[in-house]
Amino acid sequence: MDLARTEVAPRKGRTGNAARLGLMAVPVAFFGIFFAYPVAAIVARGLKVDGVWQWGRIGDVLGQSDIRHVLWFTTWQALVSTVLTLLIALPGAYVFARFDFRGKQILRAVVTVPFVLPTVVVGTAFLAIVGRRGLLDQLWGVRLDTTVWAILIAHVFFNYAVVVRTVGGLWAQLDPRQEEAARMLGASPMKAWRKVTLPALGPAVAAAALMVFLFTFTSFGVVQILGGPTFSTLEVEIYRQTSEIFDLSTAAVLTIIQFAAVGAILAVHAWTVRRRETALRLVAPEVTARRPRGAGQWALLAGVLASIAVLLVMPLAVLVQRSLDAPGFAYYKALTHDDGGIFLVAPIEAIGNSLRYALAATVIAVLIGGLAAAALTRRAGRLVRGFDALLMLPLGVSAVTVGFGFLIALDEPPLDLRSTWLLVPLAQALVGVPFVVRTMLPVLRAVDGRLREAAAVLGASPWRVWREVDLPMVRRALLVAAGFAFAVSLGEFGATVFIARPDNPTLPVAVARLLGRAGDLNYGQAMALSTILMVVCAVALLLLERVRTSPTGEF
Amino acid sequence: MSTTISRITAVVTAAGLGLVTLSACGSSDSGSDGGAGSKTVTLVSHDSFVYSKAVLKAFEKQSGYKVKVLKDGDAGQAVNKAILTKDNPQGDVFFGVDNTLLSRALDNGLFQSYEAKGSQAIKSEYRVDQDKHRVTPIDSGDICVNYDKAYFSEHKLTPPASLDDLIKPAYKNLLVTENASTSSPGLGFLLGTAAKYGDDGWQGYWKKLKANGVKVVDGWEQAYNDEFSGSAGGKKAKADRPLVVSYASSPPAEVIYGDPKPKTAPTGVSAGTCFRQVEYAGLLSNAKNAKGGKALIDFLVTKQFQEDMPLNMFVYPVVEGAQVPAEFTKYGPAAKDPETMAPAKIAANRDQWVKSWTSLVLK
Repeated sequence: MDLARTEVAPRKGRTGNAARLGLMAVPVAFFGIFFAYPVAAIVARGLKVDGVWQWGRIGDVLGQSDIRHVLWFTTWQALVSTVLTLLIALPGAYVFARFDFRGKQILRAVVTVPFVLPTVVVGTAFLAIVGRRGLLDQLWGVRLDTTVWAILIAHVFFNYAVVVRTVGGLWAQLDPRQEEAARMLGASPMKAWRKVTLPALGPAVAAAALMVFLFTFTSFGVVQILGGPTFSTLEVEIYRQTSEIFDLSTAAVLTIIQFAAVGAILAVHAWTVRRRETALRLVAPEVTARRPRGAGQWALLAGVLASIAVLLVMPLAVLVQRSLDAPGFAYYKALTHDDGGIFLVAPIEAIGNSLRYALAATVIAVLIGGLAAAALTRRAGRLVRGFDALLMLPLGVSAVTVGFGFLIALDEPPLDLRSTWLLVPLAQALVGVPFVVRTMLPVLRAVDGRLREAAAVLGASPWRVWREVDLPMVRRALLVAAGFAFAVSLGEFGATVFIARPDNPTLPVAVARLLGRAGDLNYGQAMALSTILMVVCAVALLLLERVRTSPTGEF
Repeated sequence: MSTTISRITAVVTAAGLGLVTLSACGSSDSGSDGGAGSKTVTLVSHDSFVYSKAVLKAFEKQSGYKVKVLKDGDAGQAVNKAILTKDNPQGDVFFGVDNTLLSRALDNGLFQSYEAKGSQAIKSEYRVDQDKHRVTPIDSGDICVNYDKAYFSEHKLTPPASLDDLIKPAYKNLLVTENASTSSPGLGFLLGTAAKYGDDGWQGYWKKLKANGVKVVDGWEQAYNDEFSGSAGGKKAKADRPLVVSYASSPPAEVIYGDPKPKTAPTGVSAGTCFRQVEYAGLLSNAKNAKGGKALIDFLVTKQFQEDMPLNMFVYPVVEGAQVPAEFTKYGPAAKDPETMAPAKIAANRDQWVKSWTSLVLK
């Protein structure tokens, strides 16, 4: 595929560059206005006094022992979460890549469900197991909420799919004959694996690990719900400093620190991804998978299935069970009453709000992300690589900062968006764009120019070439990208919680507020809403499984 | 190249069309915005703002304004958000900033001056900001330790009477309180200890409280309904803390909401642990409907609204002559000599105290 690109490059070099800059203009403007500007505004609000930046505050804040404790805890829990996730998910990646068994397709979708679930739902599901009156509490009187264990386990649950999809996807395409060849040349199985498979897999494992590290480093909803008042990641601390203590300057310093950390993680990630793109002999995944043979392989499969059942399926099942824990669907029925006192509307209306916002966010994300991916398709110079990393930043920058930034930056003409409903989808689209880019990019890059040429030689009109060659590939990728953006927008919590108007809550916001109030009915309603949210996400995902093209997606 | 471009054009067009369609259908629900239409007046408050619909209807009928209420998170969050958005506020009147956060709101210019009609009837002890009239006191309440009567009679133990009692070994592992940085009763309790033991003494007191097993949760709802064994919710949840930081009006609430209604309150108040909280309302700077906002504030200090509040929000009226419901005096007499603190002193110390408290108690 690179061949085709270098072939056309000399002829179209200059116009190509102009076109690329043109394509980049819209996403760059979008990120400038809806990301950089609001974030800069909130940081300036905290760090600028009478027009002078107070950079000295950084030292002051870092000098506080409790802030250093937060930094330490953030890093520590992210490292442990990443290691645990790798330990538990790598066997799963292997099983999905190399074994053929009944129900594999469905199971692959099932393990991905947690990843697209809103963190609020994940927190709620774990609360139903490890919290007060949770499953463990009822069975053995064990409570793990407000302990670090609940956070770590929830992080594994959440990120299992990242490893299975990133590593497993590649693993399935590695030609097993290379390892067999090494063994035929006299290498022991261990040595063959170490010398052949591991180096090929290494960059993918590193990339997956870095993504998991990024997601857990910036964890918000899970820590907020399961951690209680004692545990705080940087992201949670930014939230507390901004929204509760109202110490905007400390929040601004923490935002800058997180920004730097995330930038570093992304830089390393970009490097490993580039290494992964180095030539590997890939084959169709159908060829490499076969039925497990021998007791060892069956035991491995059973072990992985058991771990999936306990870690991934059980929390979701308990969530559903809890939502039905009152006679006659009482919790679901309660969702339709508006006299609960928290919202001025019936909680059920949050579903409509959420769907509407997520749909709009998806359209924006696909538009912006599609343009960005198109701009990034061709061989990348340094500028473009920087642009690539920029697109990923919203994944790692405090959603709370973005939310507050929106509130204070987008409230006057010509950008008076505060009172429009578009504010929420715009913020949600920021987290959707990276997913769109990551999904579209490999596919766009893989469209083989020779196919188009062949079609043209055979007499097809350019329109027909586009319709018959490009569209089928891009359309599917677009659908997958849109589905991801939709699920991610649906679950966005950190930013939405600030900018959703109180009379227009989204599902995750409604769940969080119901959870914050005690009482059976509120708890039950939170479970019921979470279940609804989970079902919507799962349906979106199952539909995606049917159109998914490339198994080597980065998410 | 041309194929790439047409492909992208198609995507862009499709997406653009979708966006237009969406905004067309979405714009209908943003029409509820108060805007310049001076017939709607918007009240921004916290989640615990509860009122009788009939009473608000009466105001709408008298004044010709339609009232829209936005509940914007818990008390602290609602105040902070109002401050951040003060240049282009979400509403016209803010209700629910209390004395513990008042200075933050005033210093940040959240409110404009307005002296409510009828403010002469407000008891003098609640009045602040008398020269500028940026806020109007609306209600008061006392934050006090509540106890589970059944627990203490079962264990033949006298309930604690004062802050000093709480650090005695007899009450070890019994108290649950709220995070002072996230909850207003939590902050009130902290300020009460600071008022009682002074700038130098309160930290030592909290060290002892921590050593005596105080439990801290994020919000009042969790503390009272999930952890406190004396509340109806707590009984159901098999809660195990018989002491909780709550309000002096919580015992009557247990009776009024009891199902079936108990003859006496199942909980009591430790009279020597109280801190007085006053809630204020103010006309937001840059309110779009200032006239309507003023009418609304006038209404909040009428007897009609003042007498509606107690049984909805379990607070006391601040206006002379407003009736306190009989249940209040019957099931929970008002606190005797609650601790108080001047808003200026709170303003000067609050953030530092909360910070030290967090390091001391939570970390």
